Formats: sequence, C-alpha cells, structure tokens
Amino acid sequence: MKSFNFKSAANTKEATKLASGRATFLAGGMSLIPAMKLRLAAYSDLINIKKIKGLSGIKVSSKSLKIGATTTHAEVAASKEVGKSIPSLSMLADGIGDPQVRNRGTIGGSIANNDPAADYPSACLALNATIHTNKRKISSDKFFKGMFETDLKKGELIEAVEFEIPEKSAYAKYPNPASRYAIVGVNVAKYKNETRVSVTGAASCVFRSKELESALSSNFSVSAIDKVNISDKNLNEDIHASAEYRAHLIKVMAKKAVSSC
Amino acid sequence: MISINIKINGKKISKEIPDNILLSEFLRDNLSLTGTHVGCDTSQCGTCVVHLNGNSVKSCTTFVADCDGAEVTTIEGIANNGKMHPMQEAFKKHHGLQCGFCTPGMVMSAVDLLKKNKNPSEQEIRDWLEGNICRCTGYQGIVAAVKDAASKM
Repeated sequence: MKSFNFKSAANTKEATKLASGRATFLAGGMSLIPAMKLRLAAYSDLINIKKIKGLSGIKVSSKSLKIGATTTHAEVAASKEVGKSIPSLSMLADGIGDPQVRNRGTIGGSIANNDPAADYPSACLALNATIHTNKRKISSDKFFKGMFETDLKKGELIEAVEFEIPEKSAYAKYPNPASRYAIVGVNVAKYKNETRVSVTGAASCVFRSKELESALSSNFSVSAIDKVNISDKNLNEDIHASAEYRAHLIKVMAKKAVSSC
Repeated sequence: MISINIKINGKKISKEIPDNILLSEFLRDNLSLTGTHVGCDTSQCGTCVVHLNGNSVKSCTTFVADCDGAEVTTIEGIANNGKMHPMQEAFKKHHGLQCGFCTPGMVMSAVDLLKKNKNPSEQEIRDWLEGNICRCTGYQGIVAAVKDAASKM
C-alpha cells in the first residue's frame, strides 16, 4: 500500500481543517482500505473521524430516527430504538457483509462511498432521509449523484443521517452469494400520503422507482406490482445477472418487501 | 511514523510504527504472533480475525495507527495458563479443522458469537461464520464444535 499520514481529528472543525489536498476521511474503512490495497485509491492523509465525540449514537423522536455517522452496522442492528421505530433498518444493517464488517463499518462511510450495490443508500431514499453534514442538510433525493458519487463537497463531513419514520417499511435483498452485496435490493416505505420505493444493485446508482411508487401509492398490495412494467434499459449486466433478470428481480423483491411489511 | 500505545493479549506495547501498516502485519512481522493468519488479504476469508476492544474484526483491514489506546486479543491470548480455551477444545474434539489454516479466525469469530449470543441455533452459527472460509471441513465439524462450546461456556 502507498504511504500516507494517519491523523486523528478531535472534532469536526479539526477534521475539515486536516482534510486538505489529497486527504480523505476514515471511518470504519471497510470499503476504503480494500480500495487502497487494490490501488484503486491513494491518499496523502487519512483523517480518522472515529474519535470525534457526538458523531456516534442513535436518537429517536416521534417523527424521525437519527443515526450518527460513525455508528457501526452492528450497533444499528442491535439497537432497540431502531428495532422499534424502523425494524426494516435493523434487518438491513444485520445483512450487510459479515459480522466483522458490521463491527467496523459505519452508516456515514457507507453512504459517503455510495457503492451502487450497497444497502444503506436504498434506505436513505425510501425512508426520505436527510443527510446532516458539518455545513448543511441535504435531502437524500439530491445526495446520491451517480456511481460512487455524492453531493458532498471537499472537506464536507457527514455528521448524521435522519430517517423519517414510516407507517411501515421493508427491505428485500437478493444478495450476491459470495459478497452479500445486493444483486438487486428493493426498499419500500409506506407513509400517510405516499409510498417510496428505492432500488439498489440494479443500476449504476441507487434510484427511486417512479413506476412502483405510483402503483403502490394508490394501492399498497402485492397484486398492484403485477401490472407494473419495469424496463431493463440502463440496468447493470454482469456475470451474476443480465439486465433483463435484474428487471425481473426488481418486481420479485418489491413483492417480497410489500408482503413482509 | 506514528507512535501508538496498544495492549495486546494483556501486554502493553508502545511503539513507533509506519502510518500505513496493517494490524495483521504488525502482529505477525513485528510481534511474531503468527497465530493470526493472512489468507486473502482482502477481508473475505476471515483467517486474520482478532478481537479489537472485545469485537471480532479482520486485522488485514485495520490499520495499527487506528488501534491507538485499544485492546487486542489474538488466538495466542485466549488459552489460560496453557489450558486451551473451551472453543479450542471443542474444535479439537469435533474435528473442526483439517489443515488448520482457517482455524485461528474461526475460533476468534466463534468466541465473539458466544459473547453476543449464548445459545445460538445452527442457522445462527452458520450465518455468523459467513466471513470465515474453510476449504477442508465442509463446516460440519466447525458448527458441531461451536454448538458444543456454547453448552460449556
């Protein structure tokens, strides 16, 4: 691995100050370190943000669930507050990678990386999340820009992710049998006035399915999905699944999610 | 270079280390704790699993610089005065190993499981060992060993 300077920030102000030039933030490192080992990424400095107080933890109010950026997947999966307010999020966190990844990987790291097949970005879109950074609040609809690309600016640090608590929600994932990344994952959240549906793993970036949303907003049932037509245009195609198969899986996973809501 | 204070298997260590060295490299190359193996070096196989502040992690995907002030337990640190840990005993009794390469990671991962779930079902054991790959045993002996250890721990 190429050499770099390792620095720990005591607070967000210091973290931003240190993040100049070719520096980046380090949370759990579960995507960053493998990427550096493969030389897909190289940095002058890694700014450890895990020692910053207040970046980790879970808070629930009547309307929202707020999770600190450096909260690990294992902490989210084990949290009683999360299990009570948004059980689908506990399940999602419990299905990321393997136990060792869940012990280190963080929610902030996952969404900042925006892997096209990651689980958390789908939760952000379906659960109408607001991304709190040290500079501003970003709606999840504007946050995920493209493959491994987000709206975050240089030196901007995610502090927390705030989810709107739905009436009910579910996440159904068809995982790659080796990596447990989603070949297709569908996240469904029913609110009073609308149903939000997001899809991960199927395209170059997580997206909301307008077709499924309009069908489920007017009739929240498995049978409503039958009539939806999902195009395979712009969907991923690789050794695991063709675009056509992914389009098919979107409907199958959506039905599975709705029926387990 | 960066200076770190770390406790490994109960022993305090203060050292200057390069910023980019991994915990797995530090354990094996600097401390000669070669019980922690490196298989894939891409955080998939799990033979490098150690405990960091009580939780199982992959030491090939952890920087030592990131462990400043932490407590680390490796496979060398779980036996008590030369007496094997109940999980090690169970792996021996149930033939939970053949070549032994994956074993340190399997044992450390399984010990973490029993800390969090005292009486896991067979499915829970298999799900938990997702991040540990064995190419010899077919996992049957490993699962039997974890079940048996759960009844004794």
